[in-house]
Amino acid sequence: MHVVVCVKQIPDPAAPASLEPGSHTLDRSGKLIMDDSDSYGVEMALQLAGGVEGSEVTLVSMAPGGETSGLRTALAMGAGRAILVSDEALAGSDALSTAKVLAAAIRRAEPDLVIAATESTDGYTGTLPVQLAELLGMPSVTFAKRISTDGAKVEVERQTEAGYDDVECPLPAVVTVTAGVVEPRYPSFKGIMAAKSKPIDVLSLADLGIDASQVGAAGAREEIVDVADAEQRGAGEIVVDEGDGAQRVVAFLEQLRVI
Amino acid sequence: MERIWVLAEATGQGPTALTLELLTEARSLASTVEAVAWGAETASVAGTLGDYGATRVYDVGDLAGALPGPPVASAMAALVDAGERPEAVLVPASYDGRDVAGRLSARLDRPVLTNVTGLVERDGGLLTEHLVFGGTQIVRARFTGEAPGIYVVRAKSFSAESAGGSPAEVVAAPPGDVGPTGVARIVQRHVEEATGPKLDEAPIVVSGGRGLGSQEHYALIEELARLLHGAPGASRAIVDAGWVPYSHQVGQTGKTVKPTVYVACGISGATQHLVGMKGSKHIVAINKDREAPIFSVADLGIVGDVHKVLPALVEALQKRS
Ligand SMILES: Cc1cc2nc3c(=O)[nH]c(=O)nc-3n(C[C@H](O)[C@H](O)[C@H](O)COP(=O)(O)OP(=O)(O)OC[C@H]3O[C@@H](n4cnc5c(N)ncnc54)[C@H](O)[C@@H]3O)c2cc1C
Ligand SMILES: Nc1ncnc2c1ncn2[C@@H]1O[C@H](COP(=O)(O)O)[C@@H](O)[C@H]1O
Repeated sequence: MHVVVCVKQIPDPAAPASLEPGSHTLDRSGKLIMDDSDSYGVEMALQLAGGVEGSEVTLVSMAPGGETSGLRTALAMGAGRAILVSDEALAGSDALSTAKVLAAAIRRAEPDLVIAATESTDGYTGTLPVQLAELLGMPSVTFAKRISTDGAKVEVERQTEAGYDDVECPLPAVVTVTAGVVEPRYPSFKGIMAAKSKPIDVLSLADLGIDASQVGAAGAREEIVDVADAEQRGAGEIVVDEGDGAQRVVAFLEQLRVI
Repeated sequence: MERIWVLAEATGQGPTALTLELLTEARSLASTVEAVAWGAETASVAGTLGDYGATRVYDVGDLAGALPGPPVASAMAALVDAGERPEAVLVPASYDGRDVAGRLSARLDRPVLTNVTGLVERDGGLLTEHLVFGGTQIVRARFTGEAPGIYVVRAKSFSAESAGGSPAEVVAAPPGDVGPTGVARIVQRHVEEATGPKLDEAPIVVSGGRGLGSQEHYALIEELARLLHGAPGASRAIVDAGWVPYSHQVGQTGKTVKPTVYVACGISGATQHLVGMKGSKHIVAINKDREAPIFSVADLGIVGDVHKVLPALVEALQKRS
């Protein structure tokens, strides 16, 4: 079984984010790291592949500047190889364009199973994996909180408003995972050393046969018009509990007449 | 605008609240509002859909256990191909809504604007509003390509108001071609029973986070919620940790709540949590870290230990009841 995992490389969410003044898009010029949301997909892929003989795990990412540090992290967790699509013309791509690019890269890998996160930390559109599935002509099961496979189909517990559904889906398919689907491992020292020599194929748009005018800022059919401050909440009262904290809350609720 | 489509989701209790919010907003933006629905019961929800402004509902029919994304999106694409041209498609930000939006986007080759929390008409087109950076800033965007634009809208962005319209006319949607994309099947549904008011409708929400320390302390949150006739909620940290079911999660990937009072206990106030509760009328936060971001939105902040403040609060309220 060949499992492909989408790994988005993003600006460190711990660092303060900023928007580019002109385009109002997220500033991605600094070093990028693996989106933590994708660590669950990587771990899930490794575990599923481990259960089916002759399986391999390939990572796919689209990122600027030939960035591979996030991919190295996922390789250090145990994935076998990676495909990176990097091209200057891709700057400013919307989710549909990104899906087209990832679909072209993934198609070549001929996967049985494609895993992505339900949403990325920086973009959180949450639509890309389904767009990808449609472009690949594959079924999809989103919001997986458990996955098992026998190599021919997946059985997924899919989150719903009311609880969850047991969903069965023949492969090939796209599955998106929630955080909590598995506990991601930390790369071991051995894993980190091994990752250094694992292959990363770096592809350009030309390699994928995609016309640069269809993607990136040139192909985007949506634009940010402006950015404004949201209405601020009035400053509240912050008090240190001196044993009277509970009473303060009671008094506040009384004043609102909710108790 | 001439015409807007609303993707209408329904449960056994009728159309979802978010569906009615979208119909209400669509009505104020366009002269004609039409719905797209699926399931065995569409005829029975046509009354409510009409009441909230839909004149027609395209019925995709019973999906026989298939996930809605492929059949619903392909039926919508088939309608567009057959010459139906809404200028906008409003989609609820729900599990199935996002699936339909993604499929439709790829089928029609139109991008999607997601996490929409406001819509403004300008120059005959629509501007979308999106809350970013924990709700401190609003980004406004628009489509520049060919219609229809696809908009995935978050719950509680608009309030639902009935228009007193007559039942929507039910029209069977043409079946689209789903090919191999339609093979995923629901084999069993699991409904997690909840007692008390629903999290996204409760007038009071009491949420707990990692600061509770362990799963058993969540009982204090439930007890406090019960005493206040509210609903218990949670941060994602403790949902991922398996302390409480996902249905309790408040935030970007969970529920959006706008209660009269929101009480956050041992929650740091990450931006993804804030976007789900910042619209609450009054916010109380209990956190031992004075610097926790949750205090920036709190009307009353108690810098203290939840293990001291919560039991005292529960006791004080028990005495009153
Ligand atoms: C794509 C994406 C989507 C997300 N969606 C959501 C979402 O929908 N909802 C959501 O909540 N999060 C979401 N998150 C996660 C979010 O970023 C935070 O990780 C999460 O909200 C943190 O939960 P927490 O506040 O319980 O935990 P922490 O951030 O660990 O905070 C715990 C707090 O408890 C306090 N504390 C500790 N001990 C005590 C004590 N004894 N008494 C009082 N206070 C104490 C600490 O000071 C701290 O502030 C999402 C993240 C991503 C990347
Ligand atoms: N540039 C990218 N490279 C690889 N995977 C991506 C990329 N963008 C999105 N994805 C995958 O799609 C998921 C959803 O992304 P989004 O639509 O941005 O919320 C992410 O969590 C990733 O798994």
